[in-house]
Amino acid sequence: MTYDAGHYDVVVVGAGHAGVEAGLAAAKMGAKTLMLTLNLDMIAFMPCNPSIGGPAKGIVVREIDALGGVMGKVIDKTHIQMRLLNTGKGPAVQALRAQADKPMYIKEMKNIVENEKNLTLRQGMVDRLVVEDGVCKGVVTETNAFYRAETVIITTGTFMRGKVLMGDLEYESGPNNQRPTIKLSENLEELGLEITRFKTGTPPRVNSHTIDYSKTEIQPGDETPRSFSYETTEYITDQIPCWLTYTNEFTHEIINENLSLSAMYSGMKRGTGPRYCPSIEDKIVRFNDKPRHQIFLEPEGRDTEEVYVQGLSTSLPESVQHGMVRSVEGLEHAEIMRAGYAIEYDAIVPTQLWPTLETKKIPGLFTAGQINGTSGYEEAAAQGIMAGINAAAKVLGKDPVILDRSQAYIGVLIDDLVTKGTNEPYRLLTSRAEYRLLLRHDNADFRMTELGYELGLITEERYAAFKEKYRLVEEEKKRLQKLIIKPTEEVNAFLETAGASKMKEAVKAYDLLKRPELSYDLLAPIIHADPSLPHDVTEQVGIQIKYEGYIKKANDQVARMLKMEEKKIPEDIDYDAISGIATEAKEKLKKVRPLSVGQASRISGVNPADISILVVYMEQGNIARLAN
Amino acid sequence: METDTITAISTPIGEGAIAIVRLSGPKAISITANVFKGKNLGDVASHTIHYGKIIDPETKEVAEEVMVSVMRAPKTFTREDVVEINCHGGMVAVNRVLEIILSQGARLAEPGEFTKRAFLHGRIDLSQAEAVMDLIRAKTDKAMSVALKQMDGRLSALIRRLRQDLLETVAHVEVNIDYPEYDDVEEMSHDMMRTKSKEVYKEVVELLQVAKQGKILREGLATAIIGRPNVGKSSLMNTLVQENKAIVTEVPGTTRDIIEEYVSVRGVPLRLVDTAGIRETEDIVEKIGVERSRQVLKESDLILFVLNYNDVLSEEDEKLFKAIEGLDYIVIINKTDLEQKLDLDRVYELAAEKPIVITSLVKEEGVNELEEAIAKTFFAGDIDTGDLTYVSNVRHIQLLKQAKQALEDAMEGLELGLPLDVVQIDVTRTWELLGEIIGDTASDSLIDQLFSQFCLGK
Repeated sequence: MTYDAGHYDVVVVGAGHAGVEAGLAAAKMGAKTLMLTLNLDMIAFMPCNPSIGGPAKGIVVREIDALGGVMGKVIDKTHIQMRLLNTGKGPAVQALRAQADKPMYIKEMKNIVENEKNLTLRQGMVDRLVVEDGVCKGVVTETNAFYRAETVIITTGTFMRGKVLMGDLEYESGPNNQRPTIKLSENLEELGLEITRFKTGTPPRVNSHTIDYSKTEIQPGDETPRSFSYETTEYITDQIPCWLTYTNEFTHEIINENLSLSAMYSGMKRGTGPRYCPSIEDKIVRFNDKPRHQIFLEPEGRDTEEVYVQGLSTSLPESVQHGMVRSVEGLEHAEIMRAGYAIEYDAIVPTQLWPTLETKKIPGLFTAGQINGTSGYEEAAAQGIMAGINAAAKVLGKDPVILDRSQAYIGVLIDDLVTKGTNEPYRLLTSRAEYRLLLRHDNADFRMTELGYELGLITEERYAAFKEKYRLVEEEKKRLQKLIIKPTEEVNAFLETAGASKMKEAVKAYDLLKRPELSYDLLAPIIHADPSLPHDVTEQVGIQIKYEGYIKKANDQVARMLKMEEKKIPEDIDYDAISGIATEAKEKLKKVRPLSVGQASRISGVNPADISILVVYMEQGNIARLAN
Repeated sequence: METDTITAISTPIGEGAIAIVRLSGPKAISITANVFKGKNLGDVASHTIHYGKIIDPETKEVAEEVMVSVMRAPKTFTREDVVEINCHGGMVAVNRVLEIILSQGARLAEPGEFTKRAFLHGRIDLSQAEAVMDLIRAKTDKAMSVALKQMDGRLSALIRRLRQDLLETVAHVEVNIDYPEYDDVEEMSHDMMRTKSKEVYKEVVELLQVAKQGKILREGLATAIIGRPNVGKSSLMNTLVQENKAIVTEVPGTTRDIIEEYVSVRGVPLRLVDTAGIRETEDIVEKIGVERSRQVLKESDLILFVLNYNDVLSEEDEKLFKAIEGLDYIVIINKTDLEQKLDLDRVYELAAEKPIVITSLVKEEGVNELEEAIAKTFFAGDIDTGDLTYVSNVRHIQLLKQAKQALEDAMEGLELGLPLDVVQIDVTRTWELLGEIIGDTASDSLIDQLFSQFCLGK
């Protein structure tokens, strides 16, 4: 028999990267929130690589931060090194990546969660949902605690019917030998949700003392201090390097000889693995002409000797892993501390979700993170904060928040998931974004802070600082519009030393900055730059001016896209009543139930004629609705 | 609602000698006025018609003499400003007028879009909603099938190759962005990107030049001339070309196998295919066998089957009749200046309902009758072409022009030394535009390419 364990506005099941953002966002918005986790010592644990950020992902972290999430702040406090990637490329694709101190990250995150008022943190295994009249009304744990809830967010990551695979060893488990979530997965299936099976893998960890670093290349962090969060003011200066080495023909020989012993190649695994994160077995088989593959040795923290061997993700038997690791230069005497393994798990087919991340089938139930078929901590956190916002908004009677593809990578991620679905664990890539020149890491604050503030996730103080920053940007841009630079000898001499071509006639400073070879910093003396202007202001001014033409082009595209997004489709439209839409398109539309004509047009299998017909049908005003 | 101005050829081919280019939208009048020499259309009263000339803004030449009807909103079919340009010079001229209008900022109408606008503006009764939808569906499906059909295999293969080149380039840039520390691939350089862009640019420009001459994209009826050796096939060919303005004469390398001769017979565009074979007096059936030749012939819209009045009906002739069974053809009995040896009864029997024309090409007799038969076949709707053939051609040209512009933007960015990820925006756009030509717009291809081309992972 269950016992009454309390009544909450939002219950978050899981406290990984999605769970913590969901719980914190909901609580900050004023919803009474409960967060349940299997193990209080594993909050925001990183079961795989010890790093956060990277191309696209690093921008997501900044978006989360600008919305009022915590991932950026926590990694700013707990990293062992930080780098700005793609510095040689345009501003749209630059992104931060930090190597994390895993234990510190957990400690810091737990501290934040524990101290959030409105948020209750509790250890417990959820076995089933309580659904009344088709609506989610709470959860029941294995200890028979019944938590009544207005909304529930499931963020169980790879735990659902998780199965660890290593050689012919196979056992039910969550990542890193934690307990798997079996009953909840069965329960979701019983409730009619469509479940798919994915897999992923992780490499072995070795003891740092047993690595001969002299045979590897050092990969230090940047000297310039940077941060993910727009609020961070203190920077870590004592960084720890990573190290680069390579596999070789011996490594490949060992793998080839033992291929049949790999869990993946012996046919045990059913799940679909990601192409962007292949096991070393996969790489050897698919790209057998490559003489070597890169291996990055990444420390897992400051107070641990464990080193993550990036590039050797594997499901080979432990016995083979020893030899494989030791064939690598620098690792000849390496001692494995944890062996690599593959993990197979249940995921929800994400086209069952509204763009708010609420399930269509069960109102009040939200899902976020790896359970929705994504991979990566950042993708999980992004969904977490959006699910938290929308669950709280629902309870508090506020409008749902849906980011579009021109607003944020988060919008791209969620739109892709709920519109197209995914047949492999989904990773964000810059190429998935149509408007990446608008979705830069330098302007994530510009794109998200206003919204975060409206939702109550951004403090007054931070909001004021944000407003001031962009006031200064506009002011400086105006000043440069008015400032005329004449081609004096002095100016031309300056340009010449800077390696730029001379000026022939007077131009606005604004236009001079458009020259690709001239940066704001370089031109500072000529354009009479105010040295008291903060760097992030002048950086913003420089980028906005230099890429103005491209940004305008992108904005024009967005305007066209938004016109389609603004054409809303009623949730309960009866597609069967519309004659003329092709059968295949009808089936897809009935499944995805797009909220706008724009979203409908992105569904594969729905062609322009179907969209035309849909628009005409809706315009005539007499729209057939589904019963109930 | 919709604020742009749309245009299309609004008369199906074959419905009389006049073809109409229709515009609808807020800029319908100003766009036409820009290229119209005659009265200032901006000042004329609504529902009036005016004589004048359409001037090609690029060459400043007169493209066509026209009558232009100006109808101002709201008393029009679409309840927007509507202009109708009446052209007399056959399909080639009307197509040129359409291109000029498009170059002035009108957008090519989607199938059924005029009707759709009429409907959306309340011009058509609500009860007709379903009919409108059926119309859109029918026209779109037709447009698709026509577009695919008329897409020559080699043209689509060429576009596919260009797209693959671009895709690999883009994937290369993407891998540099998304996997910055991945050292297996060299960093894409501006030079590499420039080389690739130029290669593709050259081919796009070539395609456009060809399109301009009406060789590839401006479709005519694919017409095959068949018959035994020495029946007068090449005389027929020459007659058609001489009698009518040959639109294309020279054969550029890239397209030599696509179109040989293009003639306009009484306003009906004919694309005479496989003429090389005819000139070498090789028989198509002899050369490749009945089955294969039937395949080739099937792809023709019209077959001109020439028989020799001065020779008996041979086994080969019978074979040819069999090969073209069920297809659209005209039988031409040539060499009537010579003695009759042909069994005409048998020919009439074999031809059944198909038109038969008697000619002496040497004496230039029967040519008028032949042309009339061609025009009649065409206008009677025996041959299934429809107005959309032209529309989709123009669509292709428009897309190619946009692709060219995107490549120019990319090359300009490269010259300016902009970062490759910025330049790549225009390269990707080119790839998408070329994809629209062949109806392939799957956006996941890039991701697929990325992971098949490079070994990436953690």
